[in-house]
Amino acid sequence: MEIKKIFDTIEYGPAPENASAAFEWLKQHQHKFNLFIDGKWQAPLSKKYFTSENPADKTILAKVAKAGPKDVDKAVDAASKAFDSWQTIGAHNRSKYLYAIARHVQKHARLLAVLESMDNGKPIRESRDIDVPLVARHFYHHAGWAQLMDTEMKDYKAVGVVGQIIPWNFPLLMLSWKVAPALAAGNTVVLKPAAYTSLTALLFAEICEQAGLPPGVLNVITGAGGIIGSALVNHPGVNKIAFTGSTEIGRGIRKATAGSGKKISLELGGKSPYIVFEDTDIDSAVEGLVDAIWFNQGQVCCAGSRLLVQESIAENFYAKVKARMEKLRIGSPLDKSTDVGAIVSTVQIKTIDELVKLGIDEGGSCFQPDSKLPEDGYFYPPTLFTDVSPSATIVQEEIFGPVLVAMSFRTHAEAVKLANNTRYGLAASIWTENINLALDIAPKVKAGTVWINCTNVFDAASGFGGYKESGFGREGGLEGLYEYVRPKLDDNLSDKPFPVKTVNRKEIKAGEPGIDRTAKLYIGGKQCRPDGGYSTIIKSSSGTYLGEVSEGNRKDIRNAVEAAHANSKWPGMTGHARAQVLYYLAENLAIRKEEFANRLVQLLDVDKNAAENEVDRSIERIYTYAAMADKYDGHVHHTIYRNVTLAMPEALGVMGIVCPDEAPLLGFISLVIPAIAMGNSVVAIPSETSPLSATDFYQLLDTSDVPAGTVNIITGKKEELTDVLAKHDDVDGIWYFGTKEGSRQVEFLSADNMKRSWVNYGKYRNWFDNEQGEGQLFLRKASQIKNIWIPYGA
Amino acid sequence: MAKRSLKTKENMSHPRNDGIPFEPDLIKDIRVNRSAVERRVATIGTRRSVKKEWQAAWLLKAVSCIDLTTLAGDDTPGNVQRLCAKARYPVRRDLLRELGMADVNLHTGAVCVYHNLIPVAKKALEGTNIPIAAVSTGFPAGQVSLEQKIKQVELSVAAGASEIDIVISRAQVLTGNWKALYDEVSKYRKACGEAHMKTILATGELSTLTQVAKAGQVCMMAGADFIKTSTGMESTNATLPVSLVMIRAIREYYERTGFKVGFKPAGGIRKAKQALEWLILINEELGNDWLNPELFRFGASGLLGDIERQLEHYLTGRYSASFRHPMG
Repeated sequence: MEIKKIFDTIEYGPAPENASAAFEWLKQHQHKFNLFIDGKWQAPLSKKYFTSENPADKTILAKVAKAGPKDVDKAVDAASKAFDSWQTIGAHNRSKYLYAIARHVQKHARLLAVLESMDNGKPIRESRDIDVPLVARHFYHHAGWAQLMDTEMKDYKAVGVVGQIIPWNFPLLMLSWKVAPALAAGNTVVLKPAAYTSLTALLFAEICEQAGLPPGVLNVITGAGGIIGSALVNHPGVNKIAFTGSTEIGRGIRKATAGSGKKISLELGGKSPYIVFEDTDIDSAVEGLVDAIWFNQGQVCCAGSRLLVQESIAENFYAKVKARMEKLRIGSPLDKSTDVGAIVSTVQIKTIDELVKLGIDEGGSCFQPDSKLPEDGYFYPPTLFTDVSPSATIVQEEIFGPVLVAMSFRTHAEAVKLANNTRYGLAASIWTENINLALDIAPKVKAGTVWINCTNVFDAASGFGGYKESGFGREGGLEGLYEYVRPKLDDNLSDKPFPVKTVNRKEIKAGEPGIDRTAKLYIGGKQCRPDGGYSTIIKSSSGTYLGEVSEGNRKDIRNAVEAAHANSKWPGMTGHARAQVLYYLAENLAIRKEEFANRLVQLLDVDKNAAENEVDRSIERIYTYAAMADKYDGHVHHTIYRNVTLAMPEALGVMGIVCPDEAPLLGFISLVIPAIAMGNSVVAIPSETSPLSATDFYQLLDTSDVPAGTVNIITGKKEELTDVLAKHDDVDGIWYFGTKEGSRQVEFLSADNMKRSWVNYGKYRNWFDNEQGEGQLFLRKASQIKNIWIPYGA
Repeated sequence: MAKRSLKTKENMSHPRNDGIPFEPDLIKDIRVNRSAVERRVATIGTRRSVKKEWQAAWLLKAVSCIDLTTLAGDDTPGNVQRLCAKARYPVRRDLLRELGMADVNLHTGAVCVYHNLIPVAKKALEGTNIPIAAVSTGFPAGQVSLEQKIKQVELSVAAGASEIDIVISRAQVLTGNWKALYDEVSKYRKACGEAHMKTILATGELSTLTQVAKAGQVCMMAGADFIKTSTGMESTNATLPVSLVMIRAIREYYERTGFKVGFKPAGGIRKAKQALEWLILINEELGNDWLNPELFRFGASGLLGDIERQLEHYLTGRYSASFRHPMG
């Protein structure tokens, strides 16, 4: 083109990234890739291959091995075989390997970036400046954790063989989020890349070979998601599944692994709010949207896809957003001046298109800038919907494309309500120049990551993961590491209850007959008769009649959950205030020690000393959690320049707690107290066989300033009540201590609303042992980490 | 002199900013978030890339927007004449020919000097329409009386400067005395008459980006033709974050009043690559309309040399040396 003409018009020209090295790499492999199992490149047993396409021009990049279940078996065997030696080489050597991988990623940075853009369609700017640098950062960070495992995580050990299933939107970055912590914690890995985007995982496997990673430590199996995914998920040799993808598949994984004891972490969908208050830097908030929803063509699980703008500035803001959209350049992913690249596949384009059409049908106003799309590949224009409300499908459904829906709000409270009006809870972005407002809203939004005055900012030192149906578990930082380890003391848990030394019933002196006491349900701070009007007879271990308890039913559970939600007082109290209440509770239990001991004597046929011991230990346990209530706190992560990243443990919300049958007082205390110490409200199902210690306990709750609804107690048939709790969509977490089958059932039913579950798989803890019966593990299970990113500078 | 100014005005593709009455409402809600601004500018150079003939053309555009500047105690007629010669012929003629630009009459946006050197420049630039810009109002610190400042503007205009680069009183900004700033700049504007006024915010001496945005907005209300980042004498001069904030202020003012105000980053821009970043920033945030010397200038002395070397490299594929290009 003539320079003079350009001088007059000042337009951008083409600026193609040179892709010859990537093509050369593909050519070296004859455009055909095998499976990476046990350090060797192996053809799939089926001898079948599928093609990997460049979505920007529909050309075929390579043929990739189509693995089947038998190949999965081989990979899992290789990983199992490698596990022992990967353990014995020790933390420092594992650290050296991770460090070497980080260095090698940097050495091949541009090749990885170009290949990623070719295979996925993302702009080269993003793969080059965001994805690949974060990949290297992740391996460096976890090289550090590998080194520190023996000292910083000494009560934990590796899980074993980890199956990892990653999505196509950030093929390499999600690989690093999975592989780095898994290897750092001493696990071996079978990785399944997404079928659309296998190539960078295969190049990464080569890089690991170059870095000398021992065979079998990392295995990469390519193929169709459903077949390999379920083979991996159901494989008995796999000890943990880490998955990033859709909520639907995540839910399937939770159900499939229910009761198996496999650890799982799920990073699922989102419909993250992007909240703009009137006192924001408006131009910056508009620009932030580019990173929120037009980053990676909007194919980002934490995309800020729901714009919520304060009504006073909404129209002006929308106008500015539209003007900004006109400036976005849609084009070849390998052009250095492209903002929006190609959508990953024709299937995805179709999904986006259908949802956008539905949005229009449902009355939304659709705006798309006047930009010409390339004709060869799969492209979709940036899209903004206004005149929509939460009742529109496109406001609820995750679109996973460059489509933003915008709504306005009147008040701060309404902003929070709209933000939380979703089943998802992955991320949120809050824009205001008022720090008081920002820090007021951040804890109220139910999301695992909250970005203040920024969005889609990531770092290996911070955890990332969801609330609600966006999944559970964290990736990155210390909180992410816990997903790849298990407590060493799990090995000491028993298959049988710890024996209780009973005494002959006749030796227990019968006192004067007391006044008949009717144990009721305890809901919302009140004693209630059961909805069904039935009672159950309670006998001692040796069969002596002791009295009746209410037989709660599903409606009682419903009422209890409502009462728990109605309690806004307890979650709002400071750690110190909660500690004071807990100390008071311990104090009152101490005063009534004699009575509670007598009850245990009756229930368990134990001698008075043993009973008093259980009461003493219960008091002590309450003390422990009263002490921890203002001490179990978060971190400030070292992330990016000029940013305070607060990792705050937050209560899950409303928890169902199904108590063990044994240790009717101490078991109840050991579970309910840590849960409420973290600020949860609890619906407890006490020991089915010996519930009277728990029903006695509500009198203590009444007299110890515990706000109504903090602890609700429903007695009755344990498994029946558990089912109702596990199925309840407004219960955020559930702990279950009962049978193996019951554990499976709880995990299975919890999948529907993705409530966090913690079950014992039929194993027994010794509640009298402080190692097993208390500790930070309980607090961690009763909370989840929210990372709040607060940039600064005036 | 008056003739030249008139000519400039006739050639202008947009109405000159007449200013508007002081409106406190326009500045009270201005808020600038530094980290968000920094994130935006961090990707300015990575979101867009101009290569090959596009790069050459864009660099030539940059040349046409340079206020070739000398502001030193040891300036003499000799070095100012040399500078003016360079302004007439900023790029080697053989290079321009090869670039297909021989008939474009490429010259720099202006020559920028102290008041005393205006007559020298005027003589040296005779027969061209290259404007002479004079720094004024007690440049660089502005710590002289208002009367002296106004007088200085009037004298420079009378001496033949068609562009006056004034410095604002930083104290008015730091103490939040926006009305006083407005009044002061309005007086300079009046004193400028037909000459165009560039208002230097001296952003390196302001405390926050929000102050930068507000100061820029007040100067535009008071009739600034350009807002300019710095004198080149502060410890921090033109930066991309400061520029983005000022550019957005210009956009805001344009949307409210319909007046296009120009932008001049000054100080610290020495490399061709940096110049491209500024041009891209303008193009992305304000648009193509602003990419001409009527609305955009670089205040720079060293930049031209690097651009000349890059242009030669474009033509020959060889890395050039500064002695191959005539000095200014």
